[in-house]
Amino acid sequence: MAQDDHSGTELAAADSSHEALAPTASPGTALISSDAFENPGFPPHRPRVTDEDPKKEKRAQRTVYTLFYLSILGSVWAVAAYMLFPIESNDVGAVRLNNMFIGLGATLALLGLGFGIVHWGKAIMDDVELADERHPIGGSPETQAAAAKVFSDSDKESGFTRRSVIRNSLIGALIAFPLPALVLFRGFAPQDQLPVELLSHTMWAKGTRLALDPSGVPIKAADVTIGSAFHIIPEGLAELEHGKLEEKAKAAVLLMRLEPSELNQAPDRESWSYDGIVAYSKICTHVGCPVALYEQHTHHLLCPCHQSQFDVANHCEVIFGPAKRPLPQLPIAVDDEGYLIAQSDFTEPVGPSFWERS
Amino acid sequence: MSTAPSTQVTPKRSFTASASVYVNERTSLAGFVKELGRKAFPDHWSFLLGEIALFSFVVILISGTFLTFFFQASMAEVHYDGSYVPLKGVEMSVAMASTLDISFDIRGGLFVRQMHHWAALLFVAAIGLHMLRIFFTGAFRKPREFNWLIGFTLFILAMGEGFTGYSLPDDLLSGNGLRIIDGLIKGIPVIGTWTSFLLFGGEFPGTAIVGRLYTLHILLLPAIVVALIAIHLVLVVVHKHTQYAAPGKTQQNAVGPPILPIYAAKAGGFFFIIFGVLALIASLFTINPIWNYGPYDPSPVSAGTQPDWYIGFADGALRLIPPGWEFVWLDRTWSFNILVPLIAIGIFILLVVAYPFIEAWVKGDHREHHIADRPRNAPTRTAIGAAGVTFYAGLWAAASSDILATHFSLTMEGVIHALQAMVIIGPFVAYFIAKRVCIALQKKDREVVLHGYESGRIVKLPGGEFIEVHQPLDEYDRWKLVSYESYEPLMIRPNARGKITVGQRLRAGMSRWFFEDRIAPVTKGELEASHSAHH
Ligand code: HEM
Ligand code: FES
Repeated sequence: MAQDDHSGTELAAADSSHEALAPTASPGTALISSDAFENPGFPPHRPRVTDEDPKKEKRAQRTVYTLFYLSILGSVWAVAAYMLFPIESNDVGAVRLNNMFIGLGATLALLGLGFGIVHWGKAIMDDVELADERHPIGGSPETQAAAAKVFSDSDKESGFTRRSVIRNSLIGALIAFPLPALVLFRGFAPQDQLPVELLSHTMWAKGTRLALDPSGVPIKAADVTIGSAFHIIPEGLAELEHGKLEEKAKAAVLLMRLEPSELNQAPDRESWSYDGIVAYSKICTHVGCPVALYEQHTHHLLCPCHQSQFDVANHCEVIFGPAKRPLPQLPIAVDDEGYLIAQSDFTEPVGPSFWERS
Repeated sequence: MSTAPSTQVTPKRSFTASASVYVNERTSLAGFVKELGRKAFPDHWSFLLGEIALFSFVVILISGTFLTFFFQASMAEVHYDGSYVPLKGVEMSVAMASTLDISFDIRGGLFVRQMHHWAALLFVAAIGLHMLRIFFTGAFRKPREFNWLIGFTLFILAMGEGFTGYSLPDDLLSGNGLRIIDGLIKGIPVIGTWTSFLLFGGEFPGTAIVGRLYTLHILLLPAIVVALIAIHLVLVVVHKHTQYAAPGKTQQNAVGPPILPIYAAKAGGFFFIIFGVLALIASLFTINPIWNYGPYDPSPVSAGTQPDWYIGFADGALRLIPPGWEFVWLDRTWSFNILVPLIAIGIFILLVVAYPFIEAWVKGDHREHHIADRPRNAPTRTAIGAAGVTFYAGLWAAASSDILATHFSLTMEGVIHALQAMVIIGPFVAYFIAKRVCIALQKKDREVVLHGYESGRIVKLPGGEFIEVHQPLDEYDRWKLVSYESYEPLMIRPNARGKITVGQRLRAGMSRWFFEDRIAPVTKGELEASHSAHH
């Protein structure tokens, strides 16, 4: 790069083009024909209309300064719009007008400038084309030799190669020194918590009432008619001061009632439902989106993220999509007052799979 | 070197002249101006794609800096009390509330916010198209391999910037995106669970993630992006831009208008045009109306919501995995439904990164290349590119599988199966078609060089027969069609010790694959022979 390449040479006929830059570099398997055409050199320069017709040139000039004046107008307009279209009232329409008029002013200011400058460059500035010489990127052999000498001299003077004990101990120290920084990253999460532990439990416990999301009002079994579905959270979640979203991200449940005859229940889970009412985790076992779409007549749940489908009639087994595991079931019962309650926490971790889960 | 400082009073100089003398005597800038000011810069519409990327990034920097003065990256809960009535009193994070304030309580705030988002979408798109231009014209060949690597890193970083930015407002969609990232990370063997735990500062969603992403979004990533863009552009100056074959343009020169004034005017004006177009879009078209989505809550979600376009391919890859790809083995969970997309995308990225080096190794060509190829003249490369684009497009389309299904009243299963086929078989079909089209176009070029182009003029021969007159090409037009090199397949030869190495065999095999079907450019002799045949 150090070479001065006399940038700014006017176009002149070129020499033969096929010769590569470094004459020693191998062309590999390229076929170089001795009978190839030669580069004919630059074609004659073609003048633009604005070069030949002074009237056209005048008009181009007029266009350019008009564009610049329009740009100034746009800037002024944007400033005026800032004041003329306030958004004080609680009015979405006012926001829209403010946005649009400030924006259109700025647009005019910018496009006026842009098109003006480009037109100036294309139609009015002298239509100059230049040819720069290229030189091998590696530089001249002398430069390369000089650089190599710098390295060999400094190696000799420092003894980097010769004194291998110091060098190797230096490399060791350089490898070791970032390690403390790695340890610091442990502090990114609370020191007194373990992820697997947290992932294995939710807010549900024996006797926790099922409550409506988001109001937190408990729900009675009698309110759940056949064919209906409810978004459920544990009672008390809505009132949490801290960690509400973290708990909700594990405890959200879908409650559905089917005809008891439509449910194919495993014998060990027959007691987990109540009169056709079943509760399943709403957190997809794929990567954790809420499985929020219930198709009543097929009893299928659909996850909107990657279209996994779960069959509520068959313990929410996956019938399509990338998820593998069924949605975990929450065992439910009814308390003395007729409210739906959990029999226990989920019996397995909810949500996306993780390495330590088995 | 100059002599003693001159004390004599110089004749009156213009203000600009004296100002430049003043500055130069303190900075030595004259050397730069002399070196760079009149450099020739080759010109072509396809060279503008990189400029669009650069200029939209500048717009991002300007608009983003404005946003930082108002945005608050905190996940503390507040009850919204701004001007947007439907959300009044709703519990949300400070991040979401401050984004609503930018949109509804700061005049022009919505405009800047929308400009930032639209510029981000354009930025990633422009980088992608720019990369395709580099690929299909072979502009990654020696000496430009490093710039291919830097550019590709920028593409990845741009997607990272986009994703971190999209997550900042802490609305329903951004939280849902983070939920997916959380699930993805958890599926990675050995380190996944802890990585997610550390990233989110505890359990998902926690109260740390927005602040952390903010540091990445406005400090770390932009710093790296700016540094890499700087190196990228310095290398462009060092290499001098490529140019397309044209009369007078050779491997030894760079031909075009000088940087000062014409190139500067065109590029500078183009910056304002990009800025202006983004302003126009931002003033007329809403993007990311978080007030319609509401604050993040792990429970609700609506169907048909989409990530920003450049994340689509990853989302689509997740959707295409058939059911059941997860196993418990050795008492651990192996989530191949997550690993396979990650590994497939990883391999795809590695192939893209390595392509310039693979092609160079196959060809064994150590020369510098400054004339950009016409895509048809490198049929195998073009076909490989077409295959890659098809693969990406298939993944990308899969991110809209639900919309495709409802829009065209198809079954979900049918759409997924069709897209699975497109991702696996599509690249081969695209490869085959692109290669045939390239070779057909090359043949057509030969035809035109040998026999001229059809002039559209029909004449009647004395025998009553009608023929169309073929107009011969002039030497300038002809040059564009004949000035390329073709390569021949490598012959396997034993090395000095009389052995044929595995590497040799592999290279010969690849070389045959690349160059078995090839069309050589017309030579002088062939043209003469065809002329004498006519007469
Ligand atoms: C390649 C670079 C960048 C990309 C692709 C990008 C993209 C985004 C996106 C998509 C958003 C969401 C906007 C929305 O609410 O709709 C965003 C938000 C934001 N960005 Fe960037 N950004 C980039 C660089 C920057 C830089 C350099 C800054 C600051 C200097 C910045 C500051 C912000 C701020 C403060 C927000 C949050 C405010 C809001 O959401 O309205 N960004 N960014
Ligand atoms: S998160 Fe439910 S299918 Fe992916």
